Amino acid sequence: MNQLKYTKTHEWVRNDNLTVAVGITNHAQELLGDLVFIELPLIGKAVKKGDSVAVVESVKAASDVYAPISGTITEVNTALAENPALLNQDPYGSGWIMKLSMSNPEELNSLLQEEDYNLSIEEH
Amino acid sequence: MSMHTSLYQLHLHENAKMTNFFGWEMPLSYGSSIQEHNAVRNDVGCFDVSHMTILDILGAGGRQFLRKLLTNDVDRLPHPGAALYTCMCNEHGGIIDDLIVYQRSPDSYRLILNAGTKDKDLAWIEDKSQGFAVGLQTRPDLSIIAVQGPNVFAKLPAILNPAQHDAISTLKRFECVEIEQYFFARTGYTGEDGLEIILPHFLATSFWQQCLKAGIKPCGLAARDSLRLEAGYMLYGQDMDESNTPLESGLSFTIKWKPQDRDFIGMGALLSQKDHLKQKMVGLILNDKAIMRANQKVIIPNQPDGIITSGGYSPTLEKSIALARVPFETKSTAKVEIRDKLFDVTITSPRFIESN
Repeated sequence: MNQLKYTKTHEWVRNDNLTVAVGITNHAQELLGDLVFIELPLIGKAVKKGDSVAVVESVKAASDVYAPISGTITEVNTALAENPALLNQDPYGSGWIMKLSMSNPEELNSLLQEEDYNLSIEEH
Repeated sequence: MSMHTSLYQLHLHENAKMTNFFGWEMPLSYGSSIQEHNAVRNDVGCFDVSHMTILDILGAGGRQFLRKLLTNDVDRLPHPGAALYTCMCNEHGGIIDDLIVYQRSPDSYRLILNAGTKDKDLAWIEDKSQGFAVGLQTRPDLSIIAVQGPNVFAKLPAILNPAQHDAISTLKRFECVEIEQYFFARTGYTGEDGLEIILPHFLATSFWQQCLKAGIKPCGLAARDSLRLEAGYMLYGQDMDESNTPLESGLSFTIKWKPQDRDFIGMGALLSQKDHLKQKMVGLILNDKAIMRANQKVIIPNQPDGIITSGGYSPTLEKSIALARVPFETKSTAKVEIRDKLFDVTITSPRFIESN
């Protein structure tokens, strides 16, 4: 399995050769608590790095999910619409949110390695 | 510096996720707040609510003082060991707080006030008590543990002694009883049957641990909030405050108009508002997949907009529910605006579950 990369806003990215899978981190799902709803983006939508692309709602609040990479949405995880708890149960696996075809793969270099991400969440 | 209840270390030991609640560091959840919610609906759960303010009102003037102070009438209490839910209003009928008052004996009443309103409540009560033969005493030496759910009387007796068990076995709704240093009240904020137990801190820690050992699930403030929302209980500071009256807030039942000469604080203002209401509280149910939240706009045909005061996910109904303040003439349908999209909602009474 490819190594994951991370953002300071708690998304993860898995590079599968020009297409990346995106989700939220285990730390994010722990912070949010039980997730009860997700608003998924439309397939074919072009997004820029940093755009709000999805909304996850926990029992307590709604939170934006930001595009970690610029590109076009090629796939969304419709299983989450029926069962948002997958985001809690398996955030790096069956809880993936979307797949993007990258428009600027060099942006991958700006993402955090696992240890840097772990350091960034310890600071808070 | 945050304040801690006597059970704080035990919450940390249970790996509770903690949150700040009006200066108190309280458990939000011990894992899954939905599981905690469902435990209270289907089995039994326990809550640390020691952050709430306990105020004892002692002395021969207590009854007359409370008849002046509160919208509900303590003369309606059938006997010592009974309780009622009430609002406390200012002269304009604005709600200063909502509370439960317990009559312990003819000369002794106990009030449970919200944590977030403690200072203004105490200042108000102190001021209004002038001229009455009463003494006021807050009880920071006591903890409050709520044990709530349909199996409360099946599971709790395992940790009670015979005298305590006897005492609670005959307790009716909105009654209370004291056995040694334990105060048991059959009240709660979840819409389920249950008890609220007030006891000294040094007894609270072992009582809490025994609850957990007896299979009573520890529950945090997140579950408390979703439970009270399903039950349609208003939350002070969120669903109503001093800019609203009980009449506008679904709390008319807390006002006792007779006898007319009781003249409680706010009575005149409430009387003149009574037949000219412009707003009311309703429940909203959303059948689409989205979640309603506080402060979202409620759009009603031919009426000014309303506003959601509390919204969220109902684990029991598995859809989003909300409490909303809307124009008085609002009928059965409306739309809610969620992130620039409009959703149809059904308007209901603000009570989403069958009461148990």
